[in-house]
Amino acid sequence: MSLLAVENLSVAFAERRSWSTVVDDVSFEVAAGTTLGLVGESGSGKTVTALSIMGLTRAQGARVSGAVRFDGQDLAVLDEDALADIRGARIGMVFQQASRTLDPAFTVGEQIAETVRRHTGASRRDAWDRAVEMLQRVHIPRPVERALQYPHEFSGGMAQRVVIAMALSCSPAMVIADEPTTALDVTVQARILELLRELQDDTGVAIVLISHDLGVIAEMADRVAVMYAGQIVEQAPIEELFVGPRHPYSSGLMGAIPVVGQGRRLVDIPGVVPPPQSFPAGCRFHPRCPHAEPGRCDAAPPPLERVDAHEVRCVRTGELSLPGVLVPEVQP
Amino acid sequence: MVGGRAVLRFAGLRLLAVIPTVLIVTFVVSLLVELAPGDAADALAGSNPDPALVESIRRELRLDEPFLLRYVEWLGHAVTGDLGTSYFAKTPVTELILQRVPVTLGLGAVALVIMVVLGFGLGVLGAMRPGGLLDRVVSGVSALFLAVPAFWLALVLVLLLAVQSPLFPAIGYTPFSDGAGEWLRHLLLPGLALAVNPAATIALQLKSALLSEEGSDYLLAARAKGLRHPSLLFKHALKNAAVPVVTILGFRVAVLLGGTVIIETVFAIPGLGLLAQQTAVNQDVPVILGVVTITVLIIMLLNALVDIANGFLNPKLRIGTSR
Repeated sequence: MSLLAVENLSVAFAERRSWSTVVDDVSFEVAAGTTLGLVGESGSGKTVTALSIMGLTRAQGARVSGAVRFDGQDLAVLDEDALADIRGARIGMVFQQASRTLDPAFTVGEQIAETVRRHTGASRRDAWDRAVEMLQRVHIPRPVERALQYPHEFSGGMAQRVVIAMALSCSPAMVIADEPTTALDVTVQARILELLRELQDDTGVAIVLISHDLGVIAEMADRVAVMYAGQIVEQAPIEELFVGPRHPYSSGLMGAIPVVGQGRRLVDIPGVVPPPQSFPAGCRFHPRCPHAEPGRCDAAPPPLERVDAHEVRCVRTGELSLPGVLVPEVQP
Repeated sequence: MVGGRAVLRFAGLRLLAVIPTVLIVTFVVSLLVELAPGDAADALAGSNPDPALVESIRRELRLDEPFLLRYVEWLGHAVTGDLGTSYFAKTPVTELILQRVPVTLGLGAVALVIMVVLGFGLGVLGAMRPGGLLDRVVSGVSALFLAVPAFWLALVLVLLLAVQSPLFPAIGYTPFSDGAGEWLRHLLLPGLALAVNPAATIALQLKSALLSEEGSDYLLAARAKGLRHPSLLFKHALKNAAVPVVTILGFRVAVLLGGTVIIETVFAIPGLGLLAQQTAVNQDVPVILGVVTITVLIIMLLNALVDIANGFLNPKLRIGTSR
């Protein structure tokens, strides 16, 4: 029984005269306590997917269809009040740029305590104590003093720890982390990932980790969904995907990761993700695909086909033998 | 608390900046009066005076001495709190001013409250539903308020609310000590006349500041942690949007004090503005300098308050906080 089941989620935004579908028929599941990696280039619809799970795209005028079953409840049909009760309490969210996620005008302690008060009805004092406790849990030194400081007094990595503390302050069952380490230095990145793993081990929180960086996904995820141009093109358990990718796009993303000691050339994927108004006919990836065949790949949109726990959206997948990477040592 | 000490220090540094400003402003004003044609002796001697009389008055007031010497002497006395004696009223300037400061401060306070309530109220209303009916009403009302000159509004208010339906007195003033109700009744119309124009500025600025906060990441994040509208708008967005608005508020209050010259004249309110207007005509230099000095002090104090308020609203501005 999965904690989160996203079923046929589509999200469209109003363009001048028409609707453009930014997320198209996306389905995935996240089991309690596990991590799903959502990977893809910028513009592939990862963030919109995340915000739509939280019900945050409706307020931006998006048209959302499909179901978002979370813990037995369909979030897609809940009204704003019921959703607001779930946000921050049952599902936490971590954004890319911690320094912009925090309100510059309030102390970090207040911003965490505010979340606690909102959802638990705790007194000011108890909520503050909880904020300090959370800062300690994310290994911020001198948490009592730091709680009284403002966001600009924190470095990027420390600010991201604060945001994580805030997301976990009400012991949610799931956290959505949208590019949580992208804005950070590599060494700081590693420590933030380590922290997320540690907190997951301690609390059993499920994580939806969104990243364009397969290296980050490889370190964290149990299962990976690869998104391209608003669709999931491949979804599989992590090792399966890395060792034997079945979609040329996934394989292409792996070709762009440097692996020490493998002595191979980095290969990039030419071109960029097309904007929603100009998705090509047939397979949306075919104009950039080295394996595209005229007449087959540019005709009908390929269906998402499932073999065991592995889903692929490619008509040629059976004929291709695509290179993956050796899974980097996954730390215990 | 750490924050408290930082604010005090911040306030102290701001207050130090008052000294050079007072020096410069009083010097420039003395110079301007000096450069203006005629002097107080001409005014005191009346029309068609005997030149010898004018000359003797001039000597008596020591107006024949060099300008710089007189300024430095005035300054020397001023730092001890002695602002000299009025050429006309023959009473000490400090006494004249002390009588009138409470009047003008009272008027200023009434106007300030009206301006803040009206400005913030309209601004928040306008930002609630951008492009909606309320927003357009707020924009229209603000444009109207901006276009109306204070003295004209003052006359219209008197006509409507004092003459046609005598709810308020047309002119005059009662001190606060004679009852707060009467005091307020006398100051409400002049306060409104002074406040309406700056309130419109505040409303428009606050509205656009609130709307520009609307798309910010911290508000999305606040929504993502379950916060709903009242606290999103009134706690998070408003505190951030208030920073530029409070700065403008500081400027507008200075302009508002300038406006008291006209409004106090229209309503015959015996405040600093009326005093300034009367003495400027007569070139009663000690009183002019006294009024200017006290006005500068008031404005600097207000600016310092604005900075302190901004330091509270925007923690990044605080000098010497931890780290």
